[in-house]
Amino acid sequence: MMSQKEMKKYHEKTIAELSTMLQAGEVTSVELTQYFLNRIKAHDGRLNSFITVTEELALAAAKDADAAIKNGTAGPLTGVPIAHKDIFCTQGVRTSCGSKMLDNFISPYDATVVTKMKQAGVVMLGKTNMDEFAMGSSNETSFYGAVKNPWNTDTVPGGSSGGSAAAVAARLAPAATGTDTGGSIRQPASMCGITGIKPTYGRVSRYGMIAFASSLDQAGPMGQSAHDCALLLNAMAGFDEKDSTCLDMEVPDYTAELDKPLKGLRIGLPKEYFGEGLNVDVEKVIRAALDEYKKLGAELVDIELPNSGLSVPVYYVVAPAECSANLSRFDGVRYGYRCENPVDLMDLYTRSRGEGFGAEVKRRIMVGTYALSSGYYDAYYLKSQQLRHKISDDFKNAFEKVDVIMGPTAPDTAFNIGEKSDDPISMYLSDIYTIAVNLAGLPGMSVPAGFVNGKPVGLQIAGNYFKESQLLNVAHQYQLHTDWHRAIPEAFV
Amino acid sequence: MSYDTSKWEVVIGLEIHCQLATRSKIFSGASTAYGAEPNTQACAVDLALPGVLPVFNKEALRLAVKFGLAVEAEIGMRSVFDRKNYFYPDSPKAYQITQMDHPIVGKGHMDIELENGETKRIGITRAHLEEDAGKSMHGSYHGMTGIDLNRAGTPLIEIVSEPDMRSAKEAVAYMKKIHSLVRYIEISDGNMQEGSFRCDANVSVRPHGQKEFGTRAELKNINSFRFVEKAINIEIERQIDVIEDGGKVIQETRLYDADKNETRSMRSKEEANDYRYFPDPDLLPVVIDEAYIEQIRKELPELPEQKKQRYMAEYELSAYDAAVITTSRELAAYFETVAKECGDAKLSANWVTGELAARLNKEELEITESKVDAEAFAGLLKRIKDNTISGKIAKDVFEAMWQGEGSADQVIESKGLKQITDSSAIEAMVDEVIANNPAQFAELKGGKDKMMGFFVGQIMKASGGKANPGQVNQLMQKKLKD
Repeated sequence: MMSQKEMKKYHEKTIAELSTMLQAGEVTSVELTQYFLNRIKAHDGRLNSFITVTEELALAAAKDADAAIKNGTAGPLTGVPIAHKDIFCTQGVRTSCGSKMLDNFISPYDATVVTKMKQAGVVMLGKTNMDEFAMGSSNETSFYGAVKNPWNTDTVPGGSSGGSAAAVAARLAPAATGTDTGGSIRQPASMCGITGIKPTYGRVSRYGMIAFASSLDQAGPMGQSAHDCALLLNAMAGFDEKDSTCLDMEVPDYTAELDKPLKGLRIGLPKEYFGEGLNVDVEKVIRAALDEYKKLGAELVDIELPNSGLSVPVYYVVAPAECSANLSRFDGVRYGYRCENPVDLMDLYTRSRGEGFGAEVKRRIMVGTYALSSGYYDAYYLKSQQLRHKISDDFKNAFEKVDVIMGPTAPDTAFNIGEKSDDPISMYLSDIYTIAVNLAGLPGMSVPAGFVNGKPVGLQIAGNYFKESQLLNVAHQYQLHTDWHRAIPEAFV
Repeated sequence: MSYDTSKWEVVIGLEIHCQLATRSKIFSGASTAYGAEPNTQACAVDLALPGVLPVFNKEALRLAVKFGLAVEAEIGMRSVFDRKNYFYPDSPKAYQITQMDHPIVGKGHMDIELENGETKRIGITRAHLEEDAGKSMHGSYHGMTGIDLNRAGTPLIEIVSEPDMRSAKEAVAYMKKIHSLVRYIEISDGNMQEGSFRCDANVSVRPHGQKEFGTRAELKNINSFRFVEKAINIEIERQIDVIEDGGKVIQETRLYDADKNETRSMRSKEEANDYRYFPDPDLLPVVIDEAYIEQIRKELPELPEQKKQRYMAEYELSAYDAAVITTSRELAAYFETVAKECGDAKLSANWVTGELAARLNKEELEITESKVDAEAFAGLLKRIKDNTISGKIAKDVFEAMWQGEGSADQVIESKGLKQITDSSAIEAMVDEVIANNPAQFAELKGGKDKMMGFFVGQIMKASGGKANPGQVNQLMQKKLKD
């Protein structure tokens, strides 16, 4: 007979497990929701992973979910509490995007992802911390302060979805949503030891997700397992007429292929992802994971992505260029931060934006503005677009030979808070393996594969367009044979 | 025109902004109806709230393609939306979605009729789709500026002409022709008071014979035909003055002040914005195929030019009359009804472009607001044709009809205006006039033919204008031979 205390360790449960318990009446959504709200209260002081906790709304939604479970209208996610990255607009709730600029912004509408989650009966616990406007790889650019990595609170959780990653890693929420423009789901998932997937560009609606770089941004789930990510992606994905770049394609059941054996799977290993700059201990962890795949019947194939070295420079032209226009709407006129007593229009603009945006956001707006300027456009923006095609072609060629591509998600484990904040280039390089996937619009995952000095290491799995089911299958099979993904940081057990 | 046209040549190109007659905005579902309370027709997308995205209104595409076909332009099979970046409070995203390198409509043309009766072809460089901005409302908000975003996101096509016009009159003729066309093909209501149709004029001058264009000034946002003409002429004079005083025209944007009838500088090229155009990543390229274009081609009505050619062939109208009548679809329809009913197209054309047009013009009415409808008007012309009344009397009848005194027949009857065709009655009047003017009659008989006019005039006067002038003439000839 288990003790009362042991029985109530809901935070050790995956969404798949909690779903079964909810359906079986072993726990109510209100109980679960209160449980996680209590955990946030008890532990988030050490992490700073939430910007806003929506206790009342959460309990009300949980009550509705319990009613739905009772009257038999519940789906697999009904009553499951999760957290949303604060980049998603949530009606009636502050949506800050990690910025002083939107500290006072209460969204009058829900993002499509939020609507879809509500429709699936998911309960929102709150809004997670993030790099300001999703610009950062460490969650240190947030107006609400840095987020700490639950595995080692001296280190960063990665970014920009650092709050979501830390909250899930510390099991303050069973899962969370994230967004990924250059690695912002995968890199923090890797650093926090959780599972995250960035779907194919166009698979999930961007409506209501505050834009950073429109041609790269994509939302996805961050959870404890590939199975959980599949369940969440089932609810998130799908056509939305409000997003012209969202693809009108049927959404498969992402759990359907999870159990497929991997025998004969061809895994491509880009030599560029195992070269200079990769921490040797991280490489060992990744090689060990690859050995595990060999045991599962997969075949390892050496491949080349010859243009991958261009990814970071291309990204840091394209993304800032798009963001420089996307963030122009934050002008102090209609909503958001407005400077005190502007003397004229120019003063209103320059001070509202100067005071409302943080340093990294300003840096990227300036870089992007420069890249689009008359006389520089061809050399920077146009050139980058051409190179972007070359990078995509590399993947296209690779996927003729292999089914998935694997490598480290990041070159190193979580670094110390403050370590790279004054060195943007070295910060940018922590996304060196993830960025190309965004530039090509491909789906990519990060899966916990082990530890180096007590800090998690993520294995990146990239697939061909719309092969999310395959990625999730490949990750799930690994997770059936390993338990890295079930590890919980000591301080949050 | 007070400049020396023998010395200076003027070069004008127009950029016409024409609102497309869609019910909702170009990238959002908000209504485009005019005149609502400020900001009641601005949705989340129009307000540029964080996270919103544009979705292209396909109806705007259809209307733009229709325009392209009507000016025989190349249609962009793959057009691309770009962002034009600039900060202004009435531009909520701080960029305008427009089309830069790949517009929906490419090279086309429009023919205009010159005053000397010749036709001139004006090149159309391109026409692209874009969204309108909102409106800044100065003054009435405790010293602050109000912003009304109802208009933000209203679909426009900007029609860019080649610098083919050589006078303000030509520019107006072109603008009128485009205005008439967009209403003809029903892509715009063309309402200039409401801002649905307005233009920017690029104006430069050069000495005759000089190959290169002079430096141009861009006159912004002119919203009436009259102002276009005045603004261009005043700008021409200004530029010539500058050059003749030894100065140089600088490239700049100028605003026409109708109250002062002057143009003044808004900003020079040096302080011009770098708009940093780039393809909008929120919108996919608009790809269309031949089948789509053919579908729209089928929807096109008979175009003014085709109608004009038909009128010239079918009704034997002059090019000028045919052009005037075909400026609006409603006017052409009116004319066709009149011509059919009265059976005399030339007479109809004369009266429609003459008396009727003058009257409408005087009262600033559209043909659809005419107080005499086409059937009634044909009734009047019928009475001219069957000699019941003379053309002169017909003008009085028309006046009475306009005042609501009934049909042509009713007016003729009640006022006793019926032409006198009874020969004996006319002969009596002829005799009387001859008897009263023996000296003049002698002169006439002596070969002074000019006296004939005097007699006809006197007799017509005696008849109160009702005698048939033909019969009067005949009888006078007879009296001379007697």
